[in-house]
Amino acid sequence: MSSGNGKTLNLTLEVWRQKGPKDPGKFVTYDAHGISTDMSFLEMLDVVNERLNEKGEEPIAFDHDCREGICGMCGLVINGRPHGPRGATTTCQLHMRSFKDGDTITIEPWRATAFPVLRDLVVDRSAFDRIIASGGFISVSTGNAQDANAIPVPKEAAELAMDAAACIGCGACVAACPNASAMLFVAAKVSHLGLLPQGQPERESRVTKMVAKMDAEGFGSCTNHRECEAACPKEIPVQFIARMNRDYLKASIFAGRREARAGDSA
Amino acid sequence: MNAAKAFFGSTIGQKVVMAVTGLILFGFVLVHMAGNLQVYAGPTKLDEYGELLRKAPALLWGARLVLLGSALAHVWAMLSLTKVNMDARPTGYRVETYKKSDYASRTMRLTGITLGAFIVFHILHLTTGTVHPQFVEGAVHNNFVFGFQAPLVSGFYIVAMLCLGLHLYHGVWSMTQTLGLAHPKYDLLRHAAATAFAAIIVAGNISFPVAVLAGIVKPAAPVIAQATAPADATSVRE
Ligand code: HEM
Ligand code: FES
Repeated sequence: MSSGNGKTLNLTLEVWRQKGPKDPGKFVTYDAHGISTDMSFLEMLDVVNERLNEKGEEPIAFDHDCREGICGMCGLVINGRPHGPRGATTTCQLHMRSFKDGDTITIEPWRATAFPVLRDLVVDRSAFDRIIASGGFISVSTGNAQDANAIPVPKEAAELAMDAAACIGCGACVAACPNASAMLFVAAKVSHLGLLPQGQPERESRVTKMVAKMDAEGFGSCTNHRECEAACPKEIPVQFIARMNRDYLKASIFAGRREARAGDSA
Repeated sequence: MNAAKAFFGSTIGQKVVMAVTGLILFGFVLVHMAGNLQVYAGPTKLDEYGELLRKAPALLWGARLVLLGSALAHVWAMLSLTKVNMDARPTGYRVETYKKSDYASRTMRLTGITLGAFIVFHILHLTTGTVHPQFVEGAVHNNFVFGFQAPLVSGFYIVAMLCLGLHLYHGVWSMTQTLGLAHPKYDLLRHAAATAFAAIIVAGNISFPVAVLAGIVKPAAPVIAQATAPADATSVRE
């Protein structure tokens, strides 16, 4: 951890501390001296927590799991930016060489009504799970799996679907949006299924249900600031939001006709 | 019926209302500006144009109704979505750092409210003449010139038009996004078109008060003797 160019930083941290969901919470200042520039941001917090433990103080709670930028568990607002100052980087992949000696770093949790703070920097992101459960899947009959190449997929659609599927559900889009809107997340999930043949049967009901759930969970609406796109560690573009708007509009306009047709064929 | 209720109750549906009504208002602003450019074609042109519009009262009132409805629906959607957005982020961040949003996108409500106030003033000023010191029904050209000879009034028009420019710079792009008119091929075009439309409308509209104040556009001949009157009128007001 201390190999590499061996430079160390002396930092001041302003960290949001909150004992539980009901606690009003406050900022607490911590000294973080002798931090190696080779450390990741989370390793830096590990060091600070070790020192707090030694002093018998409560360590700072924060979410993390893979520490490889793939699970979407980590997420801190660092100096006003979700996942910190670098683009296309999760908090766990952010390194301390992105900071300068003597810096003061303000660390805050994701802020959104739909993501209540559980403790310190940990927020409850289960609203995302409930949006997925409302329609972010494809229904398949059981039985043998089809040959993978039985259904042709245009290369363009496959690539776009992969871009959308890169979403790790970290919630940085919500954290970055001045309206705490979840449009980029929902758009990515709606699009990655809606672009593929397997996603077509439920395409209209999926977008309708997921948008309704998104609204019901208390996320804000999109005013096209594009802060979500800037914060997304997977660089998912806002074009997917336009795509979802189009799908939603189509589904809303043709909703009745679909039902009539289903009745006809019975 | 249920589907319509769900649509207009959803954030995307209300955003679509915002975009469609915004598009109608935008179309009007463009035509309105183009119509007024006739002021440069001589002192009789605007009066003739006004007469032409009044020749078809059903059409005129139909258009006014659509515009009023659009403005009200636009403001309704704005209020409803503003409430949703404020509830969604009651606690802000201590440090705010923006990366891709811009001044125009973050001031949509401010520029919009200024436009709302401007629209009311503008109607009372050049349509009904209620707040115009020398309003003569049908004398469109002279109402226009005498109206803008008051520097304070011209100043407000100019500020309002700068607000309109900001509102459209973000709004026209935002509208394409809301209506799902996105394709990677035309992405640069969307931004360029929004910028161009905003610039054309602002430049055209601001040129009117500037041209009057600079003496380039003068009152129509028969009333040229009254041309000193507005100066008195403004000094009374100040
Ligand atoms: C001449 C008058 C107006 C025109 C031409 C106009 C045009 C537009 C357009 C094209 C949009 C984009 C819709 C979208 O985002 O999808 C928009 C959005 C908006 N307008 Fe207006 N508008 C006008 C007046 C107003 C007024 C009077 C208000 C407020 C009182 C207002 C507030 C807003 C707001 C808050 C948005 C959403 C901002 C966003 O998308 O980020 N506008 N407007
Ligand atoms: S901890 Fe898994 S993405 Fe950061």
